[in-house]
Amino acid sequence: MARAVVGAIRPASDAEAAASQEVRTPGQLAWRQLRRHRMALIGGAVLVVLYFMATFAEFLAPYTLDYSDRVRFFHPPVIPKFVDAQGVSLRPFVHGTTLTDPGLRTYTADPSRRYYVRLLVQGEPYRMFGIFPSRRHLFGVDQPGRIFLMGTDQEGRDQFSRILYGSRISMSIGLLAAAVTIPIGLVYGGISGYYGGRVDNIMMRLSEIIIAFPEFYLLLTLAAVLPPAVGCTNRFYLITLILSFIGWAGFSRIIRGIVLALKEQEYVLAAKAGGLDDFRIIVRHILPQTSSFVIVVATLGIPAAILGESGLSFFGFGVQEPCSSWGNLLTKASSLPTLILSPWLLFPGMFIIAAVVAFNLFGDGLRDALDPRHRTG
Amino acid sequence: MVRHVARRLLQLIPMLLGITIISFIIIQLSPGDFLAEIRLNPIVSQQTVDQMRANFGLDQPLHVQYFRWVWNAVRLDFGYSFAFQVPVIWLIGSRLLNSVILNLVAFAVAWALAIPLGIYTAKRQYSAADNSLSFAAYVGISTPTFFSGLFLLYWAFKTGWFPIGGMTSIDHDFLSSWGKILDVAHHMVLPVLVLGVFGVAGLMRQMRANLLEVLRHDYVRTARSKGLSERVVVNKHAVRNAINPLITIFGFSLGGLLGGSAILENVLGWPGIGKLLVDATIQKDLYVVMASLVIGSVTLVVGNLIADILLVASDPRIRYD
Repeated sequence: MARAVVGAIRPASDAEAAASQEVRTPGQLAWRQLRRHRMALIGGAVLVVLYFMATFAEFLAPYTLDYSDRVRFFHPPVIPKFVDAQGVSLRPFVHGTTLTDPGLRTYTADPSRRYYVRLLVQGEPYRMFGIFPSRRHLFGVDQPGRIFLMGTDQEGRDQFSRILYGSRISMSIGLLAAAVTIPIGLVYGGISGYYGGRVDNIMMRLSEIIIAFPEFYLLLTLAAVLPPAVGCTNRFYLITLILSFIGWAGFSRIIRGIVLALKEQEYVLAAKAGGLDDFRIIVRHILPQTSSFVIVVATLGIPAAILGESGLSFFGFGVQEPCSSWGNLLTKASSLPTLILSPWLLFPGMFIIAAVVAFNLFGDGLRDALDPRHRTG
Repeated sequence: MVRHVARRLLQLIPMLLGITIISFIIIQLSPGDFLAEIRLNPIVSQQTVDQMRANFGLDQPLHVQYFRWVWNAVRLDFGYSFAFQVPVIWLIGSRLLNSVILNLVAFAVAWALAIPLGIYTAKRQYSAADNSLSFAAYVGISTPTFFSGLFLLYWAFKTGWFPIGGMTSIDHDFLSSWGKILDVAHHMVLPVLVLGVFGVAGLMRQMRANLLEVLRHDYVRTARSKGLSERVVVNKHAVRNAINPLITIFGFSLGGLLGGSAILENVLGWPGIGKLLVDATIQKDLYVVMASLVIGSVTLVVGNLIADILLVASDPRIRYD
């Protein structure tokens, strides 16, 4: 309105008038704000890279999940080089190694032969997405050379490949947990807040019981309930369920608070007067108002689920061998003698930190972008 | 106020019943019991196993077991530990103390560092120092404590500056009482570093946000236009109001004094209640798990109650009843 008045007083060129009258949708406003938040964009970019890695793990990994070179256990990371005694090479290469001291796990490089890093090499067979058979990997070296970018574990399995495969579990568990938690929390909090009174009182006391447990204590005892032999996939789903079981209560309390405030609004009263049934009012008219809040809580709740899973798996109650997740890979580093000789076993932790920082940065940026009060103009 | 607290305390009773029922159900759901391992031992006769079952009351129906446990727990008798063969209350008592000592020190360190850092970053919003400290805080809250624990263990081994895990040295019993304190303090550096950094990160962000919010208020502008120095404006007027909301967080942290270090205790071998819980869960030491869950929950709930009371006491705008 104000813009139209200004336009009428001060005649302007057509293009200018069109620009000044352009109405931005809430989505465009949010995007404009998000673009200004550089840290949030960096976080978002890291997330895109991590999810890309998780999606194409089979192709990006030089070796498969359970490929093991039993002669090269606890092998230190192999970094491709451009220079050696023979001179400079424009193509990166690695040297072959042999175990010289099994006690201290010392490997000696043999500088006489170079194994060049090649792109799109034929290697271990795998099934892309579990369907399409292929042998082609993004990069690799010729046999019998080995490229262990982040070293190997006690069975000579390539840690970098296992981290890539593990990112599937670690990066999707948060999304799945959020997908379970959000609908439950929305409906539970919606009903509790809308009806109020005794219903509200009983429902909130119930959810408070869940909140009253120290989170890790409850997580641990619940995970200990899981039957030991259920297979990797089922275990993954069960862990997701446990994480959701712990997460919904706090979430529903916040939703209840918002609904409590919204239900006195005139449009809700109008819907009631119009004769809509309660369920439709809650689901169609009240809950959509909480959407921007839900997006933010989900983005900031996912890292909590990632940390929860990694903690559980680290203690052996979560994802178990032969599957890999970032937390489960770190279990090997928990024995001090192993850790001291093979510090590269800490690499999976860097991925956990990167993913969680990225989600936190992105979530904070999203909150500023979706909340008009936080916009910087 | 008194009525509010009394009502909250009354509400605690059904809540505790709920907590114990859920704990009990979870533990009963878990496959196998403590006796499963003993049963596999060929030296132990079936008769002995039955005798043990009867002693621990495991042959009774579930609800009988539960009510017996609750009745005893009211009298602070949390039963017997299967694995250690001592009353649970002995076991938990000493572990509880260890956890509380560790968390209190970490808590003090976190608050002592976080408040000045929060003020510093808020005063220099968007400066290089603010940006790098804020980013460090992000990394701090995003690092799992078991990872930072492992990392510091490796570092402690490489430098040899700090003992690797545990709470006391082998010769602890032969030290003078002053030496004993120093010994524990030396062992405490690593865990306090991990927990402290974690706490600083969250608190510092909170303090910074609060102070920035307060600095926008009219009375701050008035104070400035009155010609007060920036130091007086910030330290005397703004900071006092910005710290207020942190009082609630203080109460919540009291509740987290037990649960907060659970993961780290296991990594660094600190003999606290978190380590006890993980060990007991692995060994299916029923009554120890029950007692840890209940005690952990009670401290959390009581901490929240204290947070509530502190909030009312510190903010005249909030009134109950």
